[in-house]
Amino acid sequence: MIKKEMIAMLLAGGQGSRLGVLTTYMAKPAVPFGGKYRIIDFPLSNCINSGVDTVGVLTQYQPLKLNAHIGIGTPWDLDRYIGGVSILPPFEKNVNSEWYTGTANAIYQNIEYMESYNPDYVLILSGDHIYKMDYEVMLDFHKQNDAAVTIAAMPVPMEEAKRFGIVIANSERKITDFEEKPEHPRSNLASMGIYIFSWQVLREALMALSDQPSLDFGKHVIPYCHEKGERLFAYEYNGYWKDVGTLHSYWEANMELIDIIPEFNLYEEYWRIFTSGEILPPQFIADNSAIEKSIIGEGSTVYGKVYNSVIGCGVVIGENTIVRDSIIMNQSEIGTDCVIDKAIIAENVSIGDRVHLGVGEEVPNETDPSIYDCGLVTIGEHSIIPSGLSVGKNSVLSGVFQIGDFEGEQLSSGRTMVRGGDRK
Amino acid sequence: MRAIGIILAGGNNHRMGELTKLRAIAAMPIAGSYRSIDFALSNMTHSHIQKVGVITQYNAKSITQHLSSSKWWDFGRKQGGLFVFTPSITANSNFWARGTADAIYQNLSFLKNSHEPYVVIVSGDGIYKMNYNRILEYHIEKKADITVVCKDMPSDVEAERYGVLSMNEESRITNFEEKPIEAWSHTVSCGIYVIRRRQLIELIEKCAEEDRHDFVSDILIRYRNQKRIYGYRIKDYWRNIASKEDYFQANMDFLKKDVRDYFFHQYPDVYSKVDDLPPAKYNVGSEVRTSLISSGCIINGAVHDSVLFKKVFVGNNSYIKNSIILNDVYIGDNSHIENCIVESHGTIRANSYYKGENGIQVIVEKSDRFVL
Repeated sequence: MIKKEMIAMLLAGGQGSRLGVLTTYMAKPAVPFGGKYRIIDFPLSNCINSGVDTVGVLTQYQPLKLNAHIGIGTPWDLDRYIGGVSILPPFEKNVNSEWYTGTANAIYQNIEYMESYNPDYVLILSGDHIYKMDYEVMLDFHKQNDAAVTIAAMPVPMEEAKRFGIVIANSERKITDFEEKPEHPRSNLASMGIYIFSWQVLREALMALSDQPSLDFGKHVIPYCHEKGERLFAYEYNGYWKDVGTLHSYWEANMELIDIIPEFNLYEEYWRIFTSGEILPPQFIADNSAIEKSIIGEGSTVYGKVYNSVIGCGVVIGENTIVRDSIIMNQSEIGTDCVIDKAIIAENVSIGDRVHLGVGEEVPNETDPSIYDCGLVTIGEHSIIPSGLSVGKNSVLSGVFQIGDFEGEQLSSGRTMVRGGDRK
Repeated sequence: MRAIGIILAGGNNHRMGELTKLRAIAAMPIAGSYRSIDFALSNMTHSHIQKVGVITQYNAKSITQHLSSSKWWDFGRKQGGLFVFTPSITANSNFWARGTADAIYQNLSFLKNSHEPYVVIVSGDGIYKMNYNRILEYHIEKKADITVVCKDMPSDVEAERYGVLSMNEESRITNFEEKPIEAWSHTVSCGIYVIRRRQLIELIEKCAEEDRHDFVSDILIRYRNQKRIYGYRIKDYWRNIASKEDYFQANMDFLKKDVRDYFFHQYPDVYSKVDDLPPAKYNVGSEVRTSLISSGCIINGAVHDSVLFKKVFVGNNSYIKNSIILNDVYIGDNSHIENCIVESHGTIRANSYYKGENGIQVIVEKSDRFVL
């Protein structure tokens, strides 16, 4: 007989459109982070470190990278005989076939998966946050309070509370009310989108609400449980937690890793973050190079100079090139004599020689000023940037380019050059 | 599949000194991320040899720990897989393995219970990439009884430290001598053999009957005129580890671009146990030149012409030159390390000074470590 006390359902189907070209070809949870990781490594590692060995990963948007990364779950020890990791895409049914239309709808469509493990509790996670959390402690809290639903919540500064879903709890942490992005918040406890449900409560709620369009946990399921008079509790979390939903917050969270003792410390022994590393060899640092305040992944080769940057695995940085305040992801190659300032360069990008990124004044981006801001230059994956090009701030480039594509061998600040929807 | 594999990983060499106090040569860390046995294991898996026995004896724990899971080399299979043999007392034998042939004899059931027609026997201390199927094809084409992989060493290498052999024009081995007093040839055996499984069983059983125990002297050399023993000459990179100096040089070789490109960036990859360490971190004040740095390292000082293994911490204002720092070493501030091999898990106190004056100095330093 199969029995798992708690299983996890990890929502990884979202695009994360505010990450711009980084998520053109991959879902947000597959976006690389911190040199060698992908965002989904954090919740997956938290699961196995918390003793949760059965994880359903719900995918929908551009799942290839995610599927390839997760595989059969080997890096996280989630390749189990019973349980382990399962990828759960939307599927055709006898009647009512549909995509996942909301967070809770995705879970609803996989009731059979959950039932097959005969769980007492179901942990709902989202695949786009950077944090370390022991879900077992949260489960203990859930059991002690005889709760039906436990919501992880963290205190945020009162002035920022209006950006979050806020829970209002009494001194016993029992939730008395909710506010979604309130104008005048009555509490500063922000919901983190992490829930533990007692299985029967979740099952009943999903069945009852199954006809609701775009069924969502925050908007529908939690309020439903609250109105029914179920016992809802807030589990307060006080560690590092970062939503890397925008390019700027993504860049910032990466840059925090290079502090002397970062707030989010990857070097701690007792809570390791696991990832699928296909690149094993050490990195080679050549003569005439200089590296300060940076982290660099396996198998990279540095001939140039790197300051305040996060460099992935298998990256090559050419001679006399200077990289500052930038993120360079796996397998990208930068030529010689380049200057890279405050850029986010996605995977498998090839940058020629004498390329300057991040020159000139800041001008708001012409197409997506709210996405490409803060002076960043963003380069999409598999792009080819020709030698001699000079690129301004708040700009974005994605695709294969030749120098003739650019008037005066430059792309001025605020410009967008994105080629092709589907990659051929 | 046509062959099974045997990796001989039980040996030690007194010339390794304190480096093999706690580990076998096959478990020596190589090039920042690997151990010597990874090369043989990766060659096996890339040659589609699915059933491999690893024979251990000296400091077997170091090997069994590294092989605690076979999945890193893709051996986690229903059919075949990785078998690790340590000597054990049985109803018929209470000896340690007295030689390589004896080691195989004590695990003869592994050979007898297989059905593959051929066996690839390799030593666990070689650093090389090889598709063993090439040797197998050659072996079949030559109708050989045993094929020995060999390499012409450059004239400045002391060939008398190896098994030395000579071949006639059709590559049949005419003479073979293990560690001769004076090298009469620069062609040396790489310790890689292909042999038919039933032939091997027969020879090993005969050896055991006659109380002979060594594969090289009691089979290869003794039978060189009776059996068709052929040499297969390779030109690619190959190196083995038999002494402290070999070991140092083998690691330093990886600072050369061609060696790095060959092992790190060309298909097929070398596999190893994955450690899930964070990326290496370079703080203000770090200055690294012509060095290999592994994951989990934190660098605050200067590192020149050196190989740093995983999780090495280099303190402020320290200077490391022409050295190998094995995994998990903590080097305090203001220290100087030159021409050294620092044993793993060592703690070098602040303001230390080490310099190998005549050759390479091995530092085994187990001071107390105070870390935040």
